[in-house]
Amino acid sequence: MMHANDPTDLIHEKALWMRRRAFQMVYEARLGHPGGDFSAIDIMATLYFGVMQYDATRPDWAERDRFIMSKGHATGALYTALCAAGYFPEDWLPTYMQPRSMLNGHPNRNYLPGVETNTGPLGHGFPVALGIAIAGQMSGQDFRTFVLTGDGEQQEGSNWEAALNAGHRKLENLTLIIDRNRLQQGAGTEETIGLDPLDDKYRAFGWHVEMVDGHDVAALHRLLSASAKGRGKPLCVIANTVKGKGVSFMENKASWHHGVPDAAQFAQAMEELV
Amino acid sequence: MAAPTQTAAGLSDCRTAWAKALAELARADDRIVAVVNDSVGSSKLDAFAKEFPDRLINVGIAEQVMVGVSAGLANGGKVPFVSAASCFLTGRALEQVKADIAYANFNVKLIGQSSGVAYGELGATHHSIEDFAWLRPMTNLIVIAPADPWETAEAVKWAAGHDGPVYLRLSRMPVPDLVVEDRVFRPGKAELLQQGSDVTLIGAGTTSHIALAAAQVLAAQGVSARVLNMATINPLDDVAVLAAAEETRAIVTVEEASVRGGLGGAVAELITANRPVPLERVGFPGFVVTGSADWLFAEYGLTADNIAARALAALERAKR
Repeated sequence: MMHANDPTDLIHEKALWMRRRAFQMVYEARLGHPGGDFSAIDIMATLYFGVMQYDATRPDWAERDRFIMSKGHATGALYTALCAAGYFPEDWLPTYMQPRSMLNGHPNRNYLPGVETNTGPLGHGFPVALGIAIAGQMSGQDFRTFVLTGDGEQQEGSNWEAALNAGHRKLENLTLIIDRNRLQQGAGTEETIGLDPLDDKYRAFGWHVEMVDGHDVAALHRLLSASAKGRGKPLCVIANTVKGKGVSFMENKASWHHGVPDAAQFAQAMEELV
Repeated sequence: MAAPTQTAAGLSDCRTAWAKALAELARADDRIVAVVNDSVGSSKLDAFAKEFPDRLINVGIAEQVMVGVSAGLANGGKVPFVSAASCFLTGRALEQVKADIAYANFNVKLIGQSSGVAYGELGATHHSIEDFAWLRPMTNLIVIAPADPWETAEAVKWAAGHDGPVYLRLSRMPVPDLVVEDRVFRPGKAELLQQGSDVTLIGAGTTSHIALAAAQVLAAQGVSARVLNMATINPLDDVAVLAAAEETRAIVTVEEASVRGGLGGAVAELITANRPVPLERVGFPGFVVTGSADWLFAEYGLTADNIAARALAALERAKR
């Protein structure tokens, strides 16, 4: 579903709703990963409400564009996106992480429509997305595959096996987006195991690389909706983001990787997210 | 009861049957693709690669992405057969097998080649004797170890038609054909190779024909041995095992695998909780030393004579 007239208005509207709703889920469940949810939400709102072709009433539609949440802990972002896209009703969201909920702490495709594969352990989504892109290429189908990884997640070696394969196969139907918030669970990425220069690494692996402000939805929309045909390379988008973006006390704080707000913090966040 | 199962004189490498069955399936169904980790030759897929060059995905020496890619191929509507040395397929990519294939429940067929101690001389890094124990707890992952070329081809064909994850544990070790009347492949069911009333010998994969030979050694001593070919390790045929515990006085399991957690472990779990009878588990105790597969089989007692001796020991315990 494309919204060609005023794409960024809708994206902004959906992103705001996703942030408010995701934070409420974390507040109520007393569990979650709000920092990484909030760094990714503008990217996901852009994909689901401005870029991807899908039909929420037919989650198995063979020609759908695929989105793979490789940073599977960011379920606040994924579940609010899928809910806003119409894959399931809003009254499922309060079950987040409750016993027998279909909204696991990490996504399960067998429980929830719209989830393409099960993720959670890092470094899994990207290889699966690669396989989907290969299948599309083999079948001559036009769908695109988007995979979002964390930046800390790039420390997992399986990503580099996938990067090497995608570059070798010149898979222009595959787009990797790296949520470059520069923080992992315990500390900064560069003080943990440095990743810079990420762009040079991906270029060396045969990718076309673009850097973008991961909260500039107009720029994200231009970049992600542009046709990749004829490029002859997979696309790596390094989205520079802010962990906890949109809530003043969460921004750029590693402790909000899996932080849970108290009542005052929740109220303050709801005042800021307007 | 039909005549006891015989074994044919010649020996075969089951990989030939695997490759032939896959090619036949691929001709009839263009969803079928092969995924390898630079393992075309060791999987005997050279002919497949020539016939279907666009349907063979070689990811290079990279097992994690090999298994992850296969989940993605299944998402994209393909039916991938992932063929790699079982030691690397199951060990190196174990978390991908767990999360991407079994837990995600993708329609992917994992083909573990040269399993057990087929690479005996190469040492324990290249032995795959832990795979039963690693994979058996993954409830929806069907684990099958075919005993001969016929059963290999039948298992490959069955796997292609089964909508869900399967692990086929193949071997390159030469094995005889089991000559069974009116043979039908039944996944999840033990195949009765020989009826018997004193003791039950349970083999799987390369050891079923040895169990059958052990039964002949026992027959010469007046002991009647039932022999089961337990190709499907997960789910185990509980009914056949409990019937053996009920109707015979002892059980011997024989596997080209670690006795910890594999076929012997599965049988032990079941009978201990339901119908305890003396049990002997023939197999490898853990990491084993270097040597040819034949030498390792002899050294660790995967032989007709030793299985028979263990059966007699179990029957002795049953008297107490």
